[in-house]
Amino acid sequence: MTDGHNHTNKGLLLALVVLGLLGFVLPGWAAFLGIVALSKGLVVLGLLLLWRLGLVSFGQALYFGIGGYTVGLAGLWWGLHDALALTALGTLAATAIAALLGLLIARYREIFFAMLSLAFSMILYGLLVKSDLLGSSDGFGVPPVSFAGMALSPAHGTLALYALAAVVACGAALLVHRLLRATLGHLAGAVRDSELRVEYLGVSVFQVIYAQYVAAGALAGAGGAITAMAVGHVDPALVYWTVSGEFVFITILAGTGHVAAPFLGALLFEVVRSFAMQYAPFTWQLILGVVLLLLILFLPNGLWSLARRWRGGEA
Amino acid sequence: MPLLQTIGLTRHFGSVVAARNVSLRVARDEVVGIIGANGAGKTTFVNMVTGYLTPERGHIRFADRDITGLRPRQITRLGICRSFQVPQVFPSASVRDNLLISLGVIPATPRALWRPLHRPALQEAAETLLQRYQLDGHRSQAAGLLPQGMRKLLDIAMAAARKPRLLLLDEPTSGVSVAEKHDIMDIVMAALREEGVTVLFVEHDMDIVARHAQRVLAFYDGGIIADDAPGTVLQDPTVRELVLGEPGANGEQADAER
Repeated sequence: MTDGHNHTNKGLLLALVVLGLLGFVLPGWAAFLGIVALSKGLVVLGLLLLWRLGLVSFGQALYFGIGGYTVGLAGLWWGLHDALALTALGTLAATAIAALLGLLIARYREIFFAMLSLAFSMILYGLLVKSDLLGSSDGFGVPPVSFAGMALSPAHGTLALYALAAVVACGAALLVHRLLRATLGHLAGAVRDSELRVEYLGVSVFQVIYAQYVAAGALAGAGGAITAMAVGHVDPALVYWTVSGEFVFITILAGTGHVAAPFLGALLFEVVRSFAMQYAPFTWQLILGVVLLLLILFLPNGLWSLARRWRGGEA
Repeated sequence: MPLLQTIGLTRHFGSVVAARNVSLRVARDEVVGIIGANGAGKTTFVNMVTGYLTPERGHIRFADRDITGLRPRQITRLGICRSFQVPQVFPSASVRDNLLISLGVIPATPRALWRPLHRPALQEAAETLLQRYQLDGHRSQAAGLLPQGMRKLLDIAMAAARKPRLLLLDEPTSGVSVAEKHDIMDIVMAALREEGVTVLFVEHDMDIVARHAQRVLAFYDGGIIADDAPGTVLQDPTVRELVLGEPGANGEQADAER
């Protein structure tokens, strides 16, 4: 057990180094794809926490969008351009909203949890579409960001953002891995199994769910903030329910057995989608649908179960 | 001062009286058996003491405080734990992790919950419990795959992990084969004696009650009809008719009780 988590910690640091080195050789489009995959992986990492509690959020794009819009507005209204500060601010804004809405949502389970999450995300969508100040359905452009006071060329900016995304993603993965090893992390499965026993162990089930719900919101906010800086534009489509659905899709695709799974899942998703869109622009959703169907049929525990099976076979 | 005292607990479910004016005292280190036919109000009593149900009238005092209306987790933290008729374990976790989780949440502060579950001090404590409840042969097995008797033991071990002052066992041997019943109760009672826990247990098997209880409470129709040493209560004609279902033991007295 001790060895297992040391391996994960080392593996994640190694992944950071590899991601960093890749930055020197990746073409611009690949670095961009990498940023998007890492950002979505952050959101899915949050869904992994909820999934382990037995909860599925169909509205996680709410926090993704809040992260994105916060970055855009901070740049537009306050002239804040530092990428690191903007990421922190987007994360903080999403955390604050999650802390508020979580007071209500964390009291619900199953389909009610899923639908209430969806409802809140669609309320924000509706508000954004109707607000002329925020560009209504067109959204608005995010001012270019700087890194430690340096304004970079678009090409270098993408690479710097890629590095930022890699650091945030690996940092978040390390933290979540630590959480999963903590009593709190193990309580997730306990809550899924028997809330009654958890309460009779002297633990508030609500607090266990609430803490992890807020953490999931923070992770989605970070992902949204980085995405907004990479794309350079935010619009209400960020919080639309199909985006939330995509996050759930990646969660199932990736599996919830390990903190690295969301990032690998997101990367695969982005690659499949990029190529599917390019080669089958009118049927790419069909391709994704077939992939999901095959996964549910043959790999119900996601891609990560392949890794586990492979490792198990080796040992 | 009694460890547990209830004063006039009353609770209805619709027109059914599940508890009528239940008053009793339990002293430290007592082992009390609760008997009664199905629907007599035994589990309702356990549920009220542990905060799952709130009495409509009456008070519950534990040591020197009034715990009426507190939530289960607050009552648990004060030192009253319970096991369940249908074991409430975590089926997808291993037996050892079930115990580690039960130990890891003491106290349930954010700081304590953030500490790693698989840490040496906790593992040692879990090991003690595994051995005390004779679950050590199953430590790596998922709790959901345990035979019923073992699952009952695990449920009780989880409740005892906190070293409560008072432990309520709701039918610890129900659903367990006759062959296993006595072994399980022997293991549980030996473990609890070692831990110095005051025990209230609901039981249908009178052999087990006679063997383990120092005192027996007989419930009938939401009230207590007998409260004495096991030898006295189990020979009481009213109890024999109303609780044990032996017809005609004492027809007149039974009618008078109603």
